[in-house]
Amino acid sequence: MNILVFLVPLALMLGLFGLFAFIWSMKAGQFDDLEGAAHRILNDDDV
Amino acid sequence: MATVLSLPASLAPPLRDGRDFSVFVRKTGDGLAAMDLAVEGIHCAACMRAIEKGLGAEPGLKTARVNLGNRRVRVEWNPAQLTPGRILDKLDAIGFKAYPFSADRLENAEKREEKRLLVCLGVAGFAAMNIMLLSVSVWAGNASDITPETRDFFHWLSALIAIPAALYAGQPFFESAIRALKARAVNMDVPISLGVTLALGMSVVETLNHAEHAYFDSAVMLLFFLLVGRVLEQSMRRRTRAVATNLAALKSEVAQKLMPDGSITTLPIAAISPGDLVLVRAGERVSVDGVIEAGQSEIDASLVTGETRPLIAAPGAEVYAGTLNLLGALTIRVRAAEAGTLLAEVQTLLQRATETRSVYVQLADRAARLYAPVVHVTALLMFLGWLAMGIGWHDALIIAITVLIITCPCALGLAIPAVQVVAAGALFKNRVLLNSGDVLERLASVDTVVFDKTGTLTLPEASILNIGDIAPEMVALAGRLALTSRHPLAQALAKASGADIPLPEAREEAGTGVFAIYNGLPAFLGKPEAAGLGAEAQGMLAACPSASLIALTWGDQTALFALGQALRPDAATTIARLKAAGYAIEILSGDHAAAVKVAAEALGIKTYTSGLKPAEKIARLAALKAEGHATLMVGDGLNDAPALAAATVSLSPIEATHVAQAAADAVFIGAGLAPVAAALMVGRRAKAMMLQNLWLAVLYNAIAVPVAILGFVTPLIAALAMSGSSVIVTLNALRAGKRGAA
Repeated sequence: MNILVFLVPLALMLGLFGLFAFIWSMKAGQFDDLEGAAHRILNDDDV
Repeated sequence: MATVLSLPASLAPPLRDGRDFSVFVRKTGDGLAAMDLAVEGIHCAACMRAIEKGLGAEPGLKTARVNLGNRRVRVEWNPAQLTPGRILDKLDAIGFKAYPFSADRLENAEKREEKRLLVCLGVAGFAAMNIMLLSVSVWAGNASDITPETRDFFHWLSALIAIPAALYAGQPFFESAIRALKARAVNMDVPISLGVTLALGMSVVETLNHAEHAYFDSAVMLLFFLLVGRVLEQSMRRRTRAVATNLAALKSEVAQKLMPDGSITTLPIAAISPGDLVLVRAGERVSVDGVIEAGQSEIDASLVTGETRPLIAAPGAEVYAGTLNLLGALTIRVRAAEAGTLLAEVQTLLQRATETRSVYVQLADRAARLYAPVVHVTALLMFLGWLAMGIGWHDALIIAITVLIITCPCALGLAIPAVQVVAAGALFKNRVLLNSGDVLERLASVDTVVFDKTGTLTLPEASILNIGDIAPEMVALAGRLALTSRHPLAQALAKASGADIPLPEAREEAGTGVFAIYNGLPAFLGKPEAAGLGAEAQGMLAACPSASLIALTWGDQTALFALGQALRPDAATTIARLKAAGYAIEILSGDHAAAVKVAAEALGIKTYTSGLKPAEKIARLAALKAEGHATLMVGDGLNDAPALAAATVSLSPIEATHVAQAAADAVFIGAGLAPVAAALMVGRRAKAMMLQNLWLAVLYNAIAVPVAILGFVTPLIAALAMSGSSVIVTLNALRAGKRGAA
């Protein structure tokens, strides 16, 4: 069972990574316009 | 004969030069200028693309980004190549009317708070999930073959996650609890903070003692559920605030400021300060409070005082924002409220009304006041009781703390915010914007609805009252003639008739009317006396005393238009609905008796008072209160503001004057009165749901507490009970927004 000593903290690290990703996107304004983003994906200006 | 084609004022190109948007423009770090625009008519992805592509083609424009969620555009440009005015013109050319605005302090504060709560929620969510992962392993292991070492390891890991997470995510609750305790009061956050702290502390001690049970998961899950409620509440509040800011920007109030060198600059109201000179032309709405310096005119103050008859305006007279300048250009010296003016009187009354308004204790706080002592005393009694039974202080303490954990007001904390959010959403759909959550509870207590007349029961704009009696082609002709005139009545007539092409050879004779030749016959639109219809006019005035008359002659045909403030289209049905629902209805108006009587009779309202001053409106509301009635005041004028603040709860139409809107608890949008009825219905339903939810929470405690007292509560049971009760309460709250409520 000693493997748990590595695996559980590893899983926690992955979770923390997700949490920081959330906080980053929050601060970067990713959630400021929830409707527009859904439509923007259909724009093909760059193609 | 040479004809001079003079465009009417409404079609002339608006003043393009001398517009000053500097109050709205921000400097960004890299030498660019930025501005936020509220844009009318953004509906879909196509609009978004049209705006972004259209603006993007403009040289000097760095970025244009549409926010579809709140119908705004943020633009950044190089100030050396482009002016803000040019950007607005460009948007206008694409087909969107844009109005610059700056988000106010309040909106920014709401937004910051929402972000903070969301981060707290994220932290609590992360912690709750990971601790639950460890806890489930422990529970499963306790039932089978987990070694004490592994269990301790998992408990320590849980502690490592839970303690920092709770310290961070619990801040909103701890802060609020400390604030309440400092004010020597108890709110819901006190038992929440206590429960979380005790659960964490006990779990650490238990972990040190290599015990089987720790309650880290309960503490963090509790925070997570409660934060969900707070975030929902906050996002609703922020959305409401954003819509309110947009609407304020869409009103786009500007003033023509007379500069010292004699030139005229169009400035947004925000940039005008006391002492400035402002020019108001005939037919324009006055946008400032001040004293007339020069000019003679008549003023329609109906939106401010309720009085529908025009007042004479001469140098030295007071004018108020929201009044309509009817005849000649006025130069107005802007000033702040001074003693002795109507504005100052209203502000004093407003202050007094706000101070004396009995403090409404929110349902949640009343529940907390009952709940906290009961729970804490129960826990203490359990501790002493078990101690007396001789099970030892350690076990007794653990049982007492589990009582606190299991009763921690998870469901109670969600019971009211969840309903508020759902009900505010339902009101949003019914075009009512709330200023705060407790408005719903106050709406539910209302039994008497008091209306102002002018601008509230009636539409703020004049319309043709007798349109049914006049031949359609005469209405159309009158509209086309009216387009040539700058007189506000003529402009209202033009708007009401839907005419859009002026007659080419029409000319206006000031003070009389408009002359033209139409289909070979002479046509005239103007004063009834000038058209030889004086006698008919007298008869019509007797029938509708608050109307203003305009006569039309064309060849040998004549028509007499009665223009006035018509009742809102659904006023009668809304009043009937309110009556059927058992509300007492009353009109308190500042207008003259004859006009109020007509409106009251048309709506079937028996109790009405006219010619009231602001103080008299408050007196009537106080009398109603003394009789034990809870009142909803609906009003829009400057003179209604104190009454709006004094009533139990108050509503304003969106066209209302600033002072009135600031005093009102909620604002409704649109031409109809239906939102008033909807607000009352949703309020009643919401209150019922809140009470139901509180009873559900009580029921939950009635079952959970005895189980905890007997010492049967394991962390598993605590987790199930907490999440179960929260989900039930939230699901019940969703019913508050059902269509039937509208």
